[in-house]
Amino acid sequence: MPKLTSKQKVDFLKTIITIRRFEEKTIQLYQVAKIWGYLHPYVGEEAIAAGTCAALEKRDYIISTHRGHGHSIAKGADLNRMMAELLGKSTGYCKGRGGSMHIADTELGMLGANGIVGGGIPISVGAGFSCKMEGASRVTVCYFSDGASNNGVFHEALNMASVFNLPVIYVCENNMYAISMSACESIACKDIASRASSYDIPGAIVDGSDPEAVYNITASAVKRARSGKGPSLIEAKTYRFGGHHPNDPAEYREKEEVEYYKTEKDPVINYKKKLIEEKVLSEDDIKNMEQQIVKAVEDSVKFAEESPEPQLDKFLEEVKSI
Amino acid sequence: MREIEYREAIREAIIEEMNRDHKVFLIGEDIGKYGGAFRAYKGLLDMYGEDRVINTPISEAAIIGAGIGAAVTGYRPVSELMFIDFAALAMDQIVNQAAKIRYMTGDNLRCPLVIRTQGGAGRGVAAQHSQSLEAWFYHVPGLKVVMPATPYDVKGLLKTAIRDDNVVMFIEHKMIYLLKGEVPEEEYTIPFGVADIKRQGSDVTIFAYSNMVYKSLEAAADLEKEGISAEVFDPRTLVPLDEEALLKSVKKTGRLVVVTEACERGSVASDIAAKVALKAFDWLDSPVKVVAGLNTPIPYNSTLEQASIPHKADIVNAVKEALGK
Repeated sequence: MPKLTSKQKVDFLKTIITIRRFEEKTIQLYQVAKIWGYLHPYVGEEAIAAGTCAALEKRDYIISTHRGHGHSIAKGADLNRMMAELLGKSTGYCKGRGGSMHIADTELGMLGANGIVGGGIPISVGAGFSCKMEGASRVTVCYFSDGASNNGVFHEALNMASVFNLPVIYVCENNMYAISMSACESIACKDIASRASSYDIPGAIVDGSDPEAVYNITASAVKRARSGKGPSLIEAKTYRFGGHHPNDPAEYREKEEVEYYKTEKDPVINYKKKLIEEKVLSEDDIKNMEQQIVKAVEDSVKFAEESPEPQLDKFLEEVKSI
Repeated sequence: MREIEYREAIREAIIEEMNRDHKVFLIGEDIGKYGGAFRAYKGLLDMYGEDRVINTPISEAAIIGAGIGAAVTGYRPVSELMFIDFAALAMDQIVNQAAKIRYMTGDNLRCPLVIRTQGGAGRGVAAQHSQSLEAWFYHVPGLKVVMPATPYDVKGLLKTAIRDDNVVMFIEHKMIYLLKGEVPEEEYTIPFGVADIKRQGSDVTIFAYSNMVYKSLEAAADLEKEGISAEVFDPRTLVPLDEEALLKSVKKTGRLVVVTEACERGSVASDIAAKVALKAFDWLDSPVKVVAGLNTPIPYNSTLEQASIPHKADIVNAVKEALGK
């Protein structure tokens, strides 16, 4: 694996911090009911999106989950249109029809977040066929969770992807909890990555708080897929810092466990520290970066708030043709 | 005009569309060398190869998911569910994913997917291979539902389905694959939402689709001998529904008998009856009648199986009741 450049490292950090600040803002907006419905923050898991998407090209596809804001941001989504969608505005990615769980964009190759756990996994098979038939070495990354790996469609899709040698990289974000159900109580094997052997594909485990490790393992899986060698399964061990959603106090988790991940495995803290130690960035550089990101997030809120609501008469006209 | 089998008309439609557009491909169980459970795809593997005739493991959710993923990335897949009963294994992909993806992403992702399948009783294949489940899909916004009765209709509608930018549930009937009918040599398509009056009449409208069109035509022929003129109205597509033509027919005849093979409870027929009662009550000379299957799992025993679905005599009786005879 070639050595990472400073620019790549700076980009990792920028993506991680952007996701963190964006998510913190969405939680604030949720608490004052400007965002409603369901919201599933990606806080704590940012390095996975940052590392995986950095290994992709713009033309590659991603398939996301209900906890999907980070994937969209890392794939290059416009914060304004994302925030507008979360506020249900007509300028949002889905014109206010989808909200948090359904952001998608053809231009970005973002084939949709998903409100159904595991719902996106079978869709990866089709995106994979599309990449393969096109013959242009495009690949698809399919994100899903520890919980989704227990759903039957996980088996159907990984088996089929392997049988047809599809260029799909399955990225399991194992944050150890499916709402309240812990992975160790619900998954028959110790590591989800070991399930890869059932499909005769490579399975790898990576520290999901380390963007460089995630990038490296994804890059090799992408290389393999592009060269026609088929799918891979990557299990990124991670942790959701908050509850399933902002109103979930997550009392089913031990305080010590939460503390451990928040202090030892925070990708924002750890990666900032690393880049300062490596002298890739100074504290001032990071401060500047933070300021720019905070401003971009604030601007996205302003954009969303000033954007028009979807028009009711247009809606009533549209439904006639559905 | 030449006559060909219903399944041959399907095959012709597929060949024409695959030749016309290289983005069209087929995916499903036993569609390779086997040629499909009803042989509608006979020889297609040799013609188009494994990349465009994808023979899959038994994985219904992934067959539909594969269709969705390919459709939203620019292809026009035809995903096959061997029996409509197996749709139960793929319902999340059909109902929560395919049906909603275009709308809920603000038109960002388009899903030109055809789900070809077949249903219906009559072959002694019992409760898990004989259902008429069109009401499940009729109920879900975002799905078009097509139920062709004749070789002519199945060919023209399948071509339209493949060219449509939305998800189409294309539901055939297992008892009519070998029926022959007139199909022109030259190319044609049939638009969705345009009903076909299969027989003109003036005393009563019989609304029937799929295999029930034939039973209704037989009933209408018998009724004619008794001096009753029945119009057989085939909507061809349940979604979109040619409501205008239906109301026009009912206004003309003043009476409506709605026929479905599906069990009555929650059926499309009940909905059509309600629709007409709500919108054309003043034109009705008698209450709308519904002729439907019994509310039972389809039994294996032949006598019981036949007793669970409507027949010509049931339609004849319903018409007479509607006419007060």
